[in-house]
Amino acid sequence: MAAYEFIDHKFDVVVVGAGGSGLRAALGCAQAGLKTACVTKVFPTRSHTVAAQGGISASLGNMGEDDWRWHMYDTVKGSDWLGDQDAIEYLCRNAPAAVYELEHWGVPFSRTAEGKIYQRAFGGMTKNYGEAPIQRTCAAADRTGHAMLHTMYGQSLAHDTEFFIEYFALDLIMDEGVCRGVTAWKLDDGTLHRFQAQLVILATGGYGRAYFSATSAHTCTGDGGGMALRAGLPLQDMEFVQFHPTGIYGSGCLITEGARGEGGYLTNSEGERFMERYAPTVKDLAPRDMVSRAMTMEIREGRGVGPKKDHIFLHLDHLDPKILAERLPGISESAKIFAGVDVTKEPIPVLPTVHYNMGGIPTNFYSEVVTKAGKNPDQVVPGLMAVGEAACVSVHGANRLGSNSLIDLVVFGRSAALRAADTIKAGATQPELKPAMTDGHLARFDRFRNADGGTTTAALRLEMQMAMQEDAAVYRTSDALKSGVARMNAVNAKRPDLKVSDRSLVWNSDLMETLELDNLIGQALVTVTGAENRKESRGAHAHEDFPDRDDKTWMKHTLAWFDDATGKVKIDFRPVHDFTMTNEIAPFPPKARVY
Amino acid sequence: MVEFRLPRNSRITGGKHFPAPAGAGKVKTFKVYRYDPDSGQNPRWDTYDVDTSQCGPMVLDVLIHIKNTMDPTLTFRRSCREGICGSCAMNIAGRNTLACIHGHDECPGDKVAISPLPHMPVVKDLVPDLTLFYAQYASVEPWLHTETPEPQKEWRQSPEDREKLDGLYECILCACCSTSCPSYWWNQEKYLGPAALLHAYRWIIDSRDEATGERLDDLEDPFKLYRCHTIMNCAQVCPKGLNPAKAIAEVKKMLADRVV
Repeated sequence: MAAYEFIDHKFDVVVVGAGGSGLRAALGCAQAGLKTACVTKVFPTRSHTVAAQGGISASLGNMGEDDWRWHMYDTVKGSDWLGDQDAIEYLCRNAPAAVYELEHWGVPFSRTAEGKIYQRAFGGMTKNYGEAPIQRTCAAADRTGHAMLHTMYGQSLAHDTEFFIEYFALDLIMDEGVCRGVTAWKLDDGTLHRFQAQLVILATGGYGRAYFSATSAHTCTGDGGGMALRAGLPLQDMEFVQFHPTGIYGSGCLITEGARGEGGYLTNSEGERFMERYAPTVKDLAPRDMVSRAMTMEIREGRGVGPKKDHIFLHLDHLDPKILAERLPGISESAKIFAGVDVTKEPIPVLPTVHYNMGGIPTNFYSEVVTKAGKNPDQVVPGLMAVGEAACVSVHGANRLGSNSLIDLVVFGRSAALRAADTIKAGATQPELKPAMTDGHLARFDRFRNADGGTTTAALRLEMQMAMQEDAAVYRTSDALKSGVARMNAVNAKRPDLKVSDRSLVWNSDLMETLELDNLIGQALVTVTGAENRKESRGAHAHEDFPDRDDKTWMKHTLAWFDDATGKVKIDFRPVHDFTMTNEIAPFPPKARVY
Repeated sequence: MVEFRLPRNSRITGGKHFPAPAGAGKVKTFKVYRYDPDSGQNPRWDTYDVDTSQCGPMVLDVLIHIKNTMDPTLTFRRSCREGICGSCAMNIAGRNTLACIHGHDECPGDKVAISPLPHMPVVKDLVPDLTLFYAQYASVEPWLHTETPEPQKEWRQSPEDREKLDGLYECILCACCSTSCPSYWWNQEKYLGPAALLHAYRWIIDSRDEATGERLDDLEDPFKLYRCHTIMNCAQVCPKGLNPAKAIAEVKKMLADRVV
């Protein structure tokens, strides 16, 4: 093996990732006087938060009466009772303050006539515990994520966060179960770095690119989840993968749910507004899992549109062009570029497309990473936190409501920083790092750098993506999932046969894509294995051989460990927190989920 | 006399040719700038005969197709592939744009040249060093400055005042504009360039911001602002259809009004 040397850094906190949750966490830690680094593989404003469109949920009540308890009810119901109710209470109570904070930082929210933040309707958001749709989603036109991310990056320039940009994180430095830092590869000069910290916060996003067609960016490879698995930690509820109903047919680019929030609707080949049959109360504003299933059902029953009858139409052509220009300019542009459609005149061809991972690194509502140790299902992993899509708090349970992800980012990014300020002391002495803690990181890096087998990274990635796309889709069957497990095991077995062509160290994107693929494979494998194991239907996990929700057996979180050496997946469970955080609100007991 | 030839170590040499596979459908040739700092060699043009019937409609799809099937060493930045993250800005057929929203059939000629954003140091292949560009962005203090105690809820802003931010806040920091500006090529160490100035104006014009005077003071400088000579390349190339030159003109007008 080549001799590699680390360049050392010491911080109180190292945040990995600079999307919405990473920036919020880093900002909060810096504000609390902790010496904070933010390590990111892309320049902060390139993070995938930038692509979020429709908005950020919070019960501000700017468009009529609202209440955080209603938001909480909607989120619990949206999660199909797999969400942890203590965490959901934390989210919804703290949401309005988090949005006001963003506004005070300068986010250019759209405005009401009175000058307040404009809020739009979104799927599953209702008033008075399910009565009728409500306008709760705060929007900056249809570029809310972009507006937020740029504002938050600007704000962090006003504080003392030290950014390490285009550093690709390799692995967590673990010391007998305690996280002591993270190693990274600096792309522009090829050097390797060892970041020591009292606390590492993983804010690395989702792993949408495990699938062939996803709204997710190319960089959404769940690197934090991959690192957690290699550190011997479990991932939670990975079988719950959200398909967004309206990805553009062909390219998979996102068309916001806000399009339906502003009055858009879906039709089949008969021109029927079919959502009226599936969700009579909220119709096109049903939660994403239900709309995606309804669309899939229409296509299966021969009522898809287009020459192959394999997609659905989204209509905005009945809306006032002025409203479209003001509130939905971004998707009007995307529809033109990627579907050749003028939204004021024609419908957009759309298809359910992989969009979001409800699962991730299990945490409590302080954002501390937890694992199951013996009988304790809430054992905190010292020195490690996770936030955002990388984490599973779990506020989204089996299905996330649209606009609940952006609020998740800032509420739990903030909670991580508050907890960091409470639990660690700025400048406290840190134990010496030993080479044995990072030898494995270097060996892995060097192995892939010199990989000289017969399978290119692109070929193996495609094989994984097709397996996931075909066998872990909107609807699942026992047979498909068994096939998916077998195919993913085959993919995993080919890792030693990978071939990397570029041996250099400076911006070796061949190597970077290979390291990302390695991160994806473990997560794809636990996803399909967890799905095969869960014999019920809940939220985004729609199992045709077990079409009902089974609260007696399955109202529990899946935990999945992956043994990198043997490729074996181990599954266990954690109870769902069916209790609230405070005694100011009673938990919502499970009931049938109809809209 | 002015030396017009590039320095010896920057001269671009001919590179490798990658032919299309046998039986390829619709072949189009792409000439791509390659530079590998680890090799110690001069930059080169590699040519790829790409079967465009096998890849998606955008130039980014072509580059990914090359990387996946012809030459895994080709390096470029990319992320969202829908024109919002700004990663894949490059010079395509002589014009700065985003590879992900620029169709390969929009490129004129039968040999399409692709090179990094002009006049920036090249790290590798199509990856430029944007450190200075980012530092200039940071120098305009792109955050809300207020002195009035924050309200309990949101700052009020009328829809009319909010509308003033349209055409500004949508900037994705791709650097297409600044790196297309001859004035920026010439004086980039002192001239802020169109992107940073557009952001400066975005905060100046925000009705919530209370540092308008200080922001204008900071820009009143013969180089930072006044090196804009209204060449308008910025507005021509902006892949988001923004007009940085207009924002710069507004700042100049505000400074002029202040004197009067």
